[in-house]
Amino acid sequence: MIAVTGLCVKSGDFELRDLTLEVPPGRYAVLMGRTGSGKSTLLEALCGLRPVHAGSIVLGGRDVTRLPPAHRGIGYVPQDRALFSHMTVRRQLEFALAVRGRAAAAAGRVAELTDLLDLGPLLDRLPAGLSGGEAQRVTLGRALAAEPAVLLLDEPLSALDDESWASACDVLTRVQRTTRVTVLHVTHRHEESRRLADVAIELHAGRLTATIPRSPQEALPR
Amino acid sequence: MSRRSEPPRPTASAADLAFRAILAVVGGFYVVGLACLLLADVAYLATTGGAPAAPLAPLQPVWNTAHALAGVFADPNIRHAFVLTIVSCLVTTVLSMVVAVPLGYLLSRARFPGRGLVDAILDIPIVLPPLVLGISLLILFQFWPFRLVSRQIVFQVPAVILAQFTVSAAFAARIMRVGFDQIDTRQEQVALTLGCTQARAFWSVLLPQAVPSIVTAATIAWARALGEFGPLLVFAGATRMKTEVLSTTVFLELSIGNLKSAVAVSVLMVAAALAVLLIARSSGGDMSETTGFGGRRAAR
Repeated sequence: MIAVTGLCVKSGDFELRDLTLEVPPGRYAVLMGRTGSGKSTLLEALCGLRPVHAGSIVLGGRDVTRLPPAHRGIGYVPQDRALFSHMTVRRQLEFALAVRGRAAAAAGRVAELTDLLDLGPLLDRLPAGLSGGEAQRVTLGRALAAEPAVLLLDEPLSALDDESWASACDVLTRVQRTTRVTVLHVTHRHEESRRLADVAIELHAGRLTATIPRSPQEALPR
Repeated sequence: MSRRSEPPRPTASAADLAFRAILAVVGGFYVVGLACLLLADVAYLATTGGAPAAPLAPLQPVWNTAHALAGVFADPNIRHAFVLTIVSCLVTTVLSMVVAVPLGYLLSRARFPGRGLVDAILDIPIVLPPLVLGISLLILFQFWPFRLVSRQIVFQVPAVILAQFTVSAAFAARIMRVGFDQIDTRQEQVALTLGCTQARAFWSVLLPQAVPSIVTAATIAWARALGEFGPLLVFAGATRMKTEVLSTTVFLELSIGNLKSAVAVSVLMVAAALAVLLIARSSGGDMSETTGFGGRRAAR
């Protein structure tokens, strides 16, 4: 689950004030807001990449407000993907387990992710040779490798053409259903919310202005 | 089967052509001048000296050049200077990189009080007149705690390395800072979320991508060390068989009127600098990005 209570984050002149939101375990939440509304700032605060001035963040049942990013049990997919440009796809998938000293488990996990995300032909390639859709799947795989309790996606589909977008939505749905990971997906496109969200949230001018919980049954057919 | 042909390029207007011509003439004047500078040194050696034996007469320019360079190596003073130059430049390069990588990283990534001051202090070796830098080093070693080791350093071989290092490390740190600045911080942030400590993110994610900058910084550090003269003269002296390096050899040979030997040593230094530059470029160094030195841009 993701539970944010009274969160205050400052970034230069911009400020997120007294934000409270909750995403139940295993749900797919989509956080919408216009460009500059503070969506990415909120996501970075959840990741531990921005200092929190007030409030608390609970991820997967643990209060992580003061924990460093490494100990929050999260998978993070930034908008620009930020694949490690010097590593092959295989090494990107192994990375999270290798840094946690679980290199022995890496091969098995890479095989699982390869099946889940259809990465077989890409394993020995570098990010520079990947298409937008391929890079998006690799980024997702890298974030999921250590089996995080929470997956945080910052406009993960923004750089895709319509056809790739539709297939990437299917991938996200499949991944969430298979892994049951709790997802917070940030976007400015209502279409993504309609297609993916169990829980739809709107952020406006630094405040959460609407929370519309929806059951999975209410979401569009997948 | 028809051969694929290049699409026709838009025709440049007369004004465009004139603009490019002016740029080419102005820039070309300087570049040709630089090339002539080196050629003149070689030409001087090639045309100065005695005639070789009859069978080698057609090869007189080559003979003269080889003779001048061989003469340089025949002199034990210059041989010593050559060895000290190579060794001191290598040690300086390693020390410079040991300092430049962390300093460049801190200036690029960290926000701390006095960061602007550190940045400004780093410019001192770059902007200070070389002789002033040498005098400053000399004076520094009159004060505690430096004066405790003054006898072992000032006018000794360590002074050669210290004088070279003072300047080279500043250039290397500048290059490393720009190099780190050009690598997006987002990859390190993702590495942190994947379980890395800051140190692990630095070693596993940032440093491998900074290799072109590291090679460039090391090359520039080496080249600066090779060309160091003013601070060396003041702080290490120019004692033959002791603290003489090739740059001081040129000065010493000139001061006793031995122009041919001075030019031969200069050509040797040019060759050493070019060799390192070529090795750096062929091993992934990117001179254009951080220094404007060279022209290839490394793929990222």
